[in-house]
Amino acid sequence: MKQQRWLPWVFLAPTIAGMGIFTLIPIVASIVLAFFHWDIISAPEFVGFANFAEVAQSPTVQVSFLNTILFVVVAVALQLGIALGLAVLVTEKLPNWLRSFFRSALFFPLVLSAASVSIFMKYLFNEKFGVVNWLLSLLNIPSVPWLTSPTGSAAVIVLVYVWQNFGFSFLLFLGGLASIPTETYEAASLDGATGWRKLVQITLPLLSPTTLVASVMAIISALQVFDQPYVLTGGGPGDSTRTAVMVIFETAFQRLEFGQASALGVILTIIIMLITAAQFRLSKRFVFYQ
Amino acid sequence: MTGRIVILAIAAVFTIGPVLWTLSTSLRLPSESFNLPPSFIPWNPDFTSYAQVFKQLNMGLLVLNSALVTGLVALGQMASAALAGYAFAQLEFKGKSALFSVILATMMVPLQVTIVPVFLLIRGMGISDTLLALIIPAIPTAFGTFLMRQYFLGLPPDLAEAAAIDGATPWRTFRSVYAPLAMPGLAIVGILAFNYHWNEFFRPLIMTISEQNFTLPLGLVSLQGNMGTGSISVVLAGVILSMIPAFVVFIFGQRTLRAGLTSGIGK
Repeated sequence: MKQQRWLPWVFLAPTIAGMGIFTLIPIVASIVLAFFHWDIISAPEFVGFANFAEVAQSPTVQVSFLNTILFVVVAVALQLGIALGLAVLVTEKLPNWLRSFFRSALFFPLVLSAASVSIFMKYLFNEKFGVVNWLLSLLNIPSVPWLTSPTGSAAVIVLVYVWQNFGFSFLLFLGGLASIPTETYEAASLDGATGWRKLVQITLPLLSPTTLVASVMAIISALQVFDQPYVLTGGGPGDSTRTAVMVIFETAFQRLEFGQASALGVILTIIIMLITAAQFRLSKRFVFYQ
Repeated sequence: MTGRIVILAIAAVFTIGPVLWTLSTSLRLPSESFNLPPSFIPWNPDFTSYAQVFKQLNMGLLVLNSALVTGLVALGQMASAALAGYAFAQLEFKGKSALFSVILATMMVPLQVTIVPVFLLIRGMGISDTLLALIIPAIPTAFGTFLMRQYFLGLPPDLAEAAAIDGATPWRTFRSVYAPLAMPGLAIVGILAFNYHWNEFFRPLIMTISEQNFTLPLGLVSLQGNMGTGSISVVLAGVILSMIPAFVVFIFGQRTLRAGLTSGIGK
C-alpha cells in the first residue's frame, strides 16, 4: 500500500518529542553538567573532572555507594533465592484454586507503594511495641534494636525491600518453569531420577536463561533503592543506610550541587552498565539455552 | 505435597499478614493501637482513625491529585504508545530499526540520572511545583511503545489494505480498525502506568513543594512525620485508604497486571 512519507512521523511525534525532551536531552545534559559547578543561582562554571574528584573523596558518598553494593548483593541473593524456591513449590500438582491463591498472595506486595509499605513496616519493626520483636520474644529471642542500630536498620531495609520485590522474580520464574516441557521430566523419571535430582539436573539448567534475566532486572532495580531507606531510616543512624540514590537526591536538592549530583548519576549509570555487561559475559559460560 | 503447601502457606502469611495487621490496627482505637499481643480481628471496629485522617490531612485533595496524575499519565501513555507502536509495527519509514533501538535503550537509563536536567527543564517551562510537572514527563513510554509494537505486529497488514480500498484514511484505519483490536495491549499499558504512578514517590518528592500539589504517598509520609509515634492507627488508616485503588486493580486486573509485569522480558 502506498503511503505518505510523513505519515509515520505523525504517529511517532508524541513519543519522539516526549523522549527527546525528557530523556535524551537530559541524558546529554547530565553528562555535560557533570563537568560544571552549578548551584542554579550563579552562572555555571566549567570545572573539568573536579566534581568527580570531589564526590569520590567524600566519605558520605563512599559509604553510600558501598552500602548500595552490599545492599544489592544481599537483597538480590535473597530475592532470587526466595522467588526461585517458592516458584518451584507452586506446581501443576497443586489444586487449581490453591495454586492461583498462592500465586496471587505471593506477588501481592508488588502492587503496593513502597512509601506506604515502609510506613507500616516502620511500626512493625519498632523496638518496644513492634510486632516483630513481640514475635521474637515468643521464641525467647531478646528484642532487637531494629531501627536504632546500624546493622538493625540495614537488615530492615533489606527485609522490607525483599518482602515487596521478590514477587517480581517469582513471576518470572513461574513463567520460566511453565516453559519447560513436561516430557523432559517424564523422560528423567523413566531413567529413575528423583525429585531432588530432577531439580538440580533439569529444572535449574533449563531455568538459567530466566535466572539471568531475573538477576539483571533485580540488580538494576536494587541499585536504585530509595523509597525504603528514605522513609524507614532517612539514611541513618549515621550514614549506615544511606544509598547511592539518596546521596544523588541530597546533593542536588538539598545541597544544590547540581554538577556533583550529575557526576554521581553518571557514576551510577556506569556501574549499572558494567554490572549488566559483566552478567551477560558470565552468562555465556553458565546459561544453558535449549 | 503437604510439605509444599505448608511452606507456601507460611510464605503467604508473611506477605499478607503485615497488610492485615495494618488494616486491623487502623480499625482500633488510637489508644489501643500499640497493644501486644496484636489482635488481628478487630471485634469492635472503630472508625475514628479514618475520620481523623480526613481532619489531619487534606485527603480529598490528595486523592484528587493522585487520581489526576495517575489517570492522565495512564491515558497519555496509552495514546502515545498506541500511535508509536502502530508506526513501528505497521508503517514503513527510513531509520525505523535504529530509532526503535534508541527507544529501547532509554529503558536502561535510571531515572536518577536524568532527574536533575528534567527538574531544570520543568523549572524552565514554568511548571515546577504543579501537577503538570508530574504528568507531562511521564507520558512518553519506551516500555509501552515496545509492548504496543508487539501487539500491532500480531495483527495482519491486509486489514489496512482492505480499509484503504473502502476509502478509509490512514488515521481512520488506525482509529477504527487497528486500535480496537489492540485493546488488550492497551489495557496492560494502562494498568502498569496506573500501578507505577499511583505508588510513585521519588519524582513527586522532587517536583512538588506545596502541600496542595502532593500526591498520596507524599501526603502519607508527611503525615507520619508530623505525628511522630503518637497514634499510629491514624497513619495506618491513611495507608489503608491509599491502598484501596491498587487493591481494586489487583483484584480485577490481576491477569493483565501479571502479563504486563512479565511481558517483553522474554524467557
